[in-house]
Amino acid sequence: MPYSPMLVKPMREELTSLGVEELLTAADVERWMGQREGTAMLIVNSVCGCAAGGARPAVRLALEGAVRPDRVATVFAGQDLEATARARGFFADIPPSSPSIALFKDGELVYFVPRHRIEGKMPQEIAGDLGQAFERWCATAAIG
Amino acid sequence: MGTFHQDKGELHGVTVVVDTDGPEVFVGRCHEVRPDGVLLLDADVHNAAAGTASKQEWVRRAAAYGVWAKHKSLLVPSERVASIQRLGDVATE
Repeated sequence: MPYSPMLVKPMREELTSLGVEELLTAADVERWMGQREGTAMLIVNSVCGCAAGGARPAVRLALEGAVRPDRVATVFAGQDLEATARARGFFADIPPSSPSIALFKDGELVYFVPRHRIEGKMPQEIAGDLGQAFERWCATAAIG
Repeated sequence: MGTFHQDKGELHGVTVVVDTDGPEVFVGRCHEVRPDGVLLLDADVHNAAAGTASKQEWVRRAAAYGVWAKHKSLLVPSERVASIQRLGDVATE
Protein backbone atom coordinates (compact mmCIF):
# COMPACT_ATOMS: atom_id res chain seq x y z
CA MET A 1 0.00 0.00 0.00
CA PRO A 2 1.43 3.40 -0.92
CA TYR A 3 2.71 5.62 1.88
CA SER A 4 1.06 8.91 2.73
CA PRO A 5 1.68 11.53 0.03
CA MET A 6 2.79 13.89 2.79
CA LEU A 7 5.57 11.49 3.81
CA VAL A 8 6.70 10.98 0.25
CA LYS A 9 6.56 14.62 -0.89
CA PRO A 10 10.02 15.63 0.40
CA MET A 11 11.51 12.47 -1.12
CA ARG A 12 10.06 13.43 -4.49
CA GLU A 13 11.22 17.02 -4.12
CA GLU A 14 14.76 15.97 -3.28
CA LEU A 15 15.02 14.94 -6.92
CA THR A 16 12.60 17.30 -8.66
CA SER A 17 14.38 20.27 -7.06
CA LEU A 18 17.44 19.21 -9.07
CA GLY A 19 15.46 19.49 -12.29
CA VAL A 20 14.79 15.75 -12.48
CA GLU A 21 11.59 15.16 -14.40
CA GLU A 22 8.97 13.20 -12.50
CA LEU A 23 7.14 10.56 -14.54
CA LEU A 24 3.79 9.89 -12.90
CA THR A 25 2.02 7.73 -15.48
CA ALA A 26 2.86 5.00 -17.94
CA ALA A 27 2.19 7.51 -20.71
CA ASP A 28 4.79 9.85 -19.18
CA VAL A 29 7.31 7.00 -19.23
CA GLU A 30 6.47 6.09 -22.83
CA ARG A 31 6.91 9.69 -23.93
CA TRP A 32 10.19 10.12 -22.06
CA MET A 33 11.67 6.82 -23.19
CA GLY A 34 10.40 7.45 -26.72
CA GLN A 35 13.13 10.05 -27.17
CA ARG A 36 16.00 7.66 -27.78
CA GLU A 37 18.78 9.98 -28.90
CA GLY A 38 21.48 10.88 -26.38
CA THR A 39 21.95 9.76 -22.81
CA ALA A 40 19.22 9.44 -20.23
CA MET A 41 19.22 8.44 -16.58
CA LEU A 42 16.11 7.02 -14.93
CA ILE A 43 15.98 6.83 -11.14
CA VAL A 44 13.57 4.44 -9.46
CA ASN A 45 12.99 6.38 -6.24
CA SER A 46 11.90 4.66 -3.05
CA VAL A 47 10.77 5.36 0.48
CA CYS A 48 13.33 2.90 1.86
CA GLY A 49 15.48 4.77 4.34
CA CYS A 50 18.25 2.18 4.25
CA ALA A 51 19.10 2.77 0.60
CA ALA A 52 17.13 5.64 -0.92
CA GLY A 53 18.35 7.93 1.84
CA GLY A 54 21.79 7.55 0.27
CA ALA A 55 20.71 7.38 -3.36
CA ARG A 56 19.01 10.74 -3.60
CA PRO A 57 21.93 12.82 -2.26
CA ALA A 58 24.22 10.72 -4.44
CA VAL A 59 22.25 11.70 -7.53
CA ARG A 60 22.56 15.35 -6.52
CA LEU A 61 26.32 15.04 -6.10
CA ALA A 62 26.75 13.15 -9.36
CA LEU A 63 24.73 15.71 -11.31
CA GLU A 64 27.01 18.48 -10.03
CA GLY A 65 29.81 17.01 -12.12
CA ALA A 66 30.89 18.38 -15.47
CA VAL A 67 29.70 15.29 -17.33
CA ARG A 68 26.11 14.25 -16.89
CA PRO A 69 23.32 12.61 -18.87
CA ASP A 70 21.35 14.70 -21.33
CA ARG A 71 18.09 13.92 -19.55
CA VAL A 72 17.20 12.69 -16.06
CA ALA A 73 13.84 11.45 -14.86
CA THR A 74 12.36 9.51 -11.97
CA VAL A 75 9.52 7.19 -11.10
CA PHE A 76 8.52 6.43 -7.53
CA ALA A 77 8.27 2.73 -6.65
CA GLY A 78 5.39 1.82 -4.38
CA GLN A 79 3.70 5.14 -5.15
CA ASP A 80 3.29 5.61 -8.88
CA LEU A 81 2.70 1.95 -9.61
CA GLU A 82 1.75 2.16 -13.26
CA ALA A 83 4.66 4.42 -14.17
CA THR A 84 7.13 2.25 -12.26
CA ALA A 85 5.89 -0.95 -13.89
CA ARG A 86 6.22 0.61 -17.34
CA ALA A 87 9.69 1.93 -16.55
CA ARG A 88 10.85 -1.49 -15.38
CA GLY A 89 9.63 -2.87 -18.69
CA PHE A 90 12.60 -1.10 -20.28
CA PHE A 91 14.98 -3.29 -18.24
CA ALA A 92 12.76 -6.31 -17.87
CA ASP A 93 15.64 -8.82 -17.65
CA ILE A 94 16.82 -7.26 -14.41
CA PRO A 95 15.08 -8.20 -11.16
CA PRO A 96 13.11 -5.23 -9.84
CA SER A 97 14.62 -3.35 -6.91
CA SER A 98 14.30 0.11 -5.51
CA PRO A 99 15.98 2.42 -5.32
CA SER A 100 17.80 1.68 -8.52
CA ILE A 101 19.30 3.71 -11.34
CA ALA A 102 19.36 2.98 -15.06
CA LEU A 103 21.47 4.77 -17.63
CA PHE A 104 20.52 4.63 -21.31
CA LYS A 105 22.46 5.69 -24.38
CA ASP A 106 20.49 6.11 -27.59
CA GLY A 107 17.69 4.12 -26.00
CA GLU A 108 19.84 1.15 -24.97
CA LEU A 109 20.48 0.27 -21.34
CA VAL A 110 24.23 0.66 -20.75
CA TYR A 111 24.57 0.81 -16.96
CA PHE A 112 22.44 -0.25 -14.04
CA VAL A 113 22.78 0.19 -10.30
CA PRO A 114 20.53 -2.20 -8.38
CA ARG A 115 19.49 -1.51 -4.81
CA HIS A 116 22.09 -3.76 -3.24
CA ARG A 117 24.87 -1.70 -4.84
CA ILE A 118 23.45 1.35 -3.04
CA GLU A 119 22.69 -0.11 0.38
CA GLY A 120 25.08 0.88 3.14
CA LYS A 121 27.16 3.15 0.92
CA MET A 122 27.76 6.80 1.60
CA PRO A 123 26.32 9.20 -1.00
CA GLN A 124 29.83 10.22 -2.06
CA GLU A 125 30.68 6.62 -2.90
CA ILE A 126 27.50 6.07 -4.92
CA ALA A 127 28.06 9.41 -6.66
CA GLY A 128 31.59 8.31 -7.50
CA ASP A 129 30.27 5.18 -9.20
CA LEU A 130 27.71 7.23 -11.11
CA GLY A 131 30.36 9.75 -12.10
CA GLN A 132 32.50 6.99 -13.58
CA ALA A 133 29.51 5.76 -15.57
CA PHE A 134 28.81 9.31 -16.79
CA GLU A 135 32.44 9.66 -17.88
CA ARG A 136 32.24 6.40 -19.79
CA TRP A 137 28.86 6.81 -21.41
CA CYS A 138 27.95 10.51 -21.39
CA ALA A 139 31.22 12.26 -22.22
CA THR A 140 31.29 13.77 -25.67
CA ALA A 141 34.24 12.52 -27.68
CA ALA A 142 36.57 15.30 -28.77
CA ILE A 143 36.81 15.77 -32.50
CA GLY A 144 40.42 16.26 -33.44
CA MET B 1 22.13 4.89 7.48
CA GLY B 2 18.74 3.24 8.00
CA THR B 3 15.93 5.63 8.62
CA PHE B 4 13.36 3.10 9.74
CA HIS B 5 13.36 0.08 12.09
CA GLN B 6 16.78 0.79 13.54
CA ASP B 7 16.10 -1.74 16.30
CA LYS B 8 16.36 -4.67 13.85
CA GLY B 9 20.14 -4.75 13.62
CA GLU B 10 22.73 -3.40 11.24
CA LEU B 11 21.78 -5.75 8.40
CA HIS B 12 18.09 -4.84 8.47
CA GLY B 13 17.03 -3.83 4.99
CA VAL B 14 20.33 -4.90 3.46
CA THR B 15 20.48 -7.51 0.71
CA VAL B 16 22.66 -10.34 1.94
CA VAL B 17 24.12 -13.66 0.87
CA VAL B 18 23.55 -16.41 3.40
CA ASP B 19 25.82 -19.34 2.67
CA THR B 20 25.43 -22.79 4.15
CA ASP B 21 27.78 -25.72 4.63
CA GLY B 22 25.64 -27.61 2.10
CA PRO B 23 24.87 -26.99 -1.58
CA GLU B 24 22.34 -24.21 -0.91
CA VAL B 25 22.96 -20.49 -0.86
CA PHE B 26 20.35 -17.81 -0.19
CA VAL B 27 20.06 -14.19 -1.28
CA GLY B 28 17.45 -11.83 0.10
CA ARG B 29 16.81 -8.65 1.97
CA CYS B 30 17.68 -9.25 5.60
CA HIS B 31 14.82 -8.44 7.91
CA GLU B 32 16.37 -9.71 11.09
CA VAL B 33 19.17 -11.89 12.43
CA ARG B 34 17.69 -13.69 15.42
CA PRO B 35 18.55 -16.70 17.56
CA ASP B 36 16.61 -19.16 15.41
CA GLY B 37 17.98 -17.94 12.10
CA VAL B 38 18.16 -15.24 9.46
CA LEU B 39 14.82 -13.95 8.24
CA LEU B 40 15.03 -12.90 4.59
CA LEU B 41 12.44 -11.03 2.55
CA ASP B 42 12.04 -11.21 -1.25
CA ALA B 43 14.53 -14.04 -1.32
CA ASP B 44 15.83 -16.62 -3.75
CA VAL B 45 17.75 -19.81 -3.10
CA HIS B 46 20.17 -21.70 -5.32
CA ASN B 47 20.99 -25.36 -4.95
CA ALA B 48 24.36 -26.06 -6.53
CA ALA B 49 23.63 -29.80 -6.41
CA ALA B 50 21.16 -29.23 -9.25
CA GLY B 51 24.18 -28.71 -11.49
CA THR B 52 23.11 -25.52 -13.29
CA ALA B 53 25.73 -23.28 -11.67
CA SER B 54 28.16 -23.36 -8.79
CA LYS B 55 27.35 -21.33 -5.70
CA GLN B 56 30.08 -18.84 -6.64
CA GLU B 57 28.77 -18.40 -10.19
CA TRP B 58 25.20 -17.89 -9.00
CA VAL B 59 26.19 -15.40 -6.30
CA ARG B 60 28.36 -13.46 -8.76
CA ARG B 61 25.39 -13.12 -11.13
CA ALA B 62 23.19 -12.08 -8.21
CA ALA B 63 25.78 -9.47 -7.26
CA ALA B 64 25.59 -7.90 -10.72
CA TYR B 65 21.82 -7.49 -10.98
CA GLY B 66 20.04 -8.94 -7.93
CA VAL B 67 17.67 -11.88 -7.67
CA TRP B 68 14.06 -12.52 -8.55
CA ALA B 69 12.03 -12.73 -5.37
CA LYS B 70 10.85 -16.34 -5.34
CA HIS B 71 9.97 -16.27 -1.62
CA LYS B 72 8.21 -13.36 0.05
CA SER B 73 9.83 -14.37 3.33
CA LEU B 74 12.13 -17.19 4.26
CA LEU B 75 13.88 -18.20 7.47
CA VAL B 76 17.32 -19.77 7.10
CA PRO B 77 17.71 -21.81 10.30
CA SER B 78 20.70 -20.74 12.37
CA GLU B 79 22.21 -24.23 12.39
CA ARG B 80 22.49 -24.05 8.59
CA VAL B 81 24.07 -20.59 8.40
CA ALA B 82 27.78 -20.80 7.58
CA SER B 83 28.27 -17.14 6.69
CA ILE B 84 26.38 -13.96 5.95
CA GLN B 85 27.67 -11.06 3.89
CA ARG B 86 26.34 -8.05 2.05
CA LEU B 87 25.58 -8.82 -1.60
CA GLY B 88 26.93 -5.38 -2.44
CA ASP B 89 30.34 -6.48 -1.18
CA VAL B 90 30.53 -9.39 -3.63
CA ALA B 91 32.66 -8.73 -6.70
CA THR B 92 30.76 -8.96 -9.97
CA GLU B 93 33.69 -9.78 -12.23
